[in-house]
Order: sequence, then C-alpha cells, then structure tokens
Amino acid sequence: MKEQDKPGAQGKDSKVEWYFLALVAFTYVALYTFRPDLALDSLHESKNIFIKILPALGIIFVVMTLINYFVSKKTIKSYLGVSSGPKRWLIAIVSGVLSTGPIYAWYPLLNDLREKGLDYGFITTFLYNRAVKLPLLSLLIYYFSPLFTGVLLGVMIAVSVLQGLVFVQLERLGVLSGNEGG
Amino acid sequence: MRKMLPIIAGVVLLIGLIKTVTPTSLYAGLFQGRVLADSLIGAGLGSVLTGNAATSYIIGGELMDKGIGLLPVTAFLVSWVTVGLVQLPAESVLGTRFAVLRNVTSFLLAIVVASVTVAIMGVL
Repeated sequence: MKEQDKPGAQGKDSKVEWYFLALVAFTYVALYTFRPDLALDSLHESKNIFIKILPALGIIFVVMTLINYFVSKKTIKSYLGVSSGPKRWLIAIVSGVLSTGPIYAWYPLLNDLREKGLDYGFITTFLYNRAVKLPLLSLLIYYFSPLFTGVLLGVMIAVSVLQGLVFVQLERLGVLSGNEGG
Repeated sequence: MRKMLPIIAGVVLLIGLIKTVTPTSLYAGLFQGRVLADSLIGAGLGSVLTGNAATSYIIGGELMDKGIGLLPVTAFLVSWVTVGLVQLPAESVLGTRFAVLRNVTSFLLAIVVASVTVAIMGVL
C-alpha cells in the first residue's frame, strides 16, 4: 500500500481539516449577515451538542491512549483480523451496539485501529450496528410496535454482516485503496 | 485525534446549523404517494438530516400519522442512523473512497432493509 493510500495519511502539512472548518465558519458569517437570529440559534444548538459529546470524546481519547500503549498489530490481527473466524463479526456487532456517543467521535479511534491492521469489513459492520440504539428501544417500540422493532433490528444486524463481507471483498480487490484521506 | 478536532468542530457546527434551519413540518410535504419514489425520498431525507435517533423516531411517527407509508418511513429511520452526509468529512479520515462507498451502500441498503422489514411484517 502506498503511503498516500493509507487512511489518515494526508501528510503532516495538510490543512484540509482547517479548510473544512473555515468553510463552515464562513457559512455562519454569511448566514449572520442575512439572518443573525438563525446564526445565533445554530451556534447555541452547536454549543449544546458540544457539551453533550464532550464525555464521549474524553472516553474515546482514553481508550485510544490505552490501545496505543497495550494493543499491538498482532493482537488486532489475531482477534479481529479476517482470518480470526466468525467470532469477529459477533465482536463487531456487539461493540457497535454497545458503543455510545456520536459516530464522528469514533472515527479517530477506528483510524488508529485501522493503522494497526483492522480491516474495512469489521469497521463497516461496527459502524452499521451503531444504528441499533438499545437505550432508545422503548421509544422505537412506542412509535412502531414491538414486532416492527424486533424485525427491523434483526434485519439490520443481518445486513450489517452482509455489508461487512462486501467490504472485505472490496478491500481484497483494491477498490478501497487510492484514497487521499480526509 | 488532534487532526480530527477541527473536523469534529466543523461537523458539530454543521449539525447545529441544519437542525436549526430545517423545520420538521417541511418533511411530510416532500412525499408524493408513490412507494418507490417515497422510499428514495425517505432514505434521502434520513441521509441529509442528522441528530439523535430519538428525533428520527418522533419525525417517523409524525410522518406515519400524516399517511406516509411504512416503507418510506422505515427507509427514513434506517438511513438517519446509517448514512451521514454531514459527517462525511469526518469519516473520510478512514479513507475517502471507503467513506463514500460505505455511505452509498448504506443508502441503498436502507431501502433494502425497509423493503425486507415491511415484507416480513406483512407475513407475520
């Protein structure tokens, strides 16, 4: 794999992330010019989201630090690698269902694990299962019945493994390489 | 993580913006009463909108009350939690091709999941 093909390998001097933030900031300035009330309400909403995700970001930062110190590439490959058998799909499903916080807070950790050898298939199944929200099940049941909830979650979990298997094949075929990172 | 912070900040600011400027009353008017088109609209709407999954359940419930079918509403619910256009810049840290392909396939799978779920519900 070429250096630029590796996830997150955008070079130390890359400023893409700052350009993105600047673009969003510019959108806010433009909105403030025409509708200052909407811009301020949006900022207030964003502040509330930030406060809500801070604990999750903190936990993920700690987990990343621990993984960097204690988990080797060999460990990842033996327990979660393609050759580790069907149990890795169960781990992807359970960890995806149990993971909390916003999805974007998990990307740095997944990127770290990816650099340690985790494959895209596992990541795909993990991300899909983040859609199964155990704490919100009662609300889903309230709006859409227990039967619908059970069927939907069963189908989603099955499809998550299917999507993971497709991404294992896509990675083998080299379809996912050649990206430039975010 | 340090590299991700401006992206996470940008994504959070975008989510705040979208949640503020898109009124939920607007959504029901987008549906046309045709199953396939409505499923695409439902999945598309769920892909663009973002926030807590509880919000999607509430909006989904409101859409059902307004006569929108179970299939488009299910596609909406599934894509809300599996597709993230707003989060795409953050997900691209895992690789741009991966992020785009994962979101595209998740969009299509939202319609598949909805169809299979509704079909099973019809049998049970």
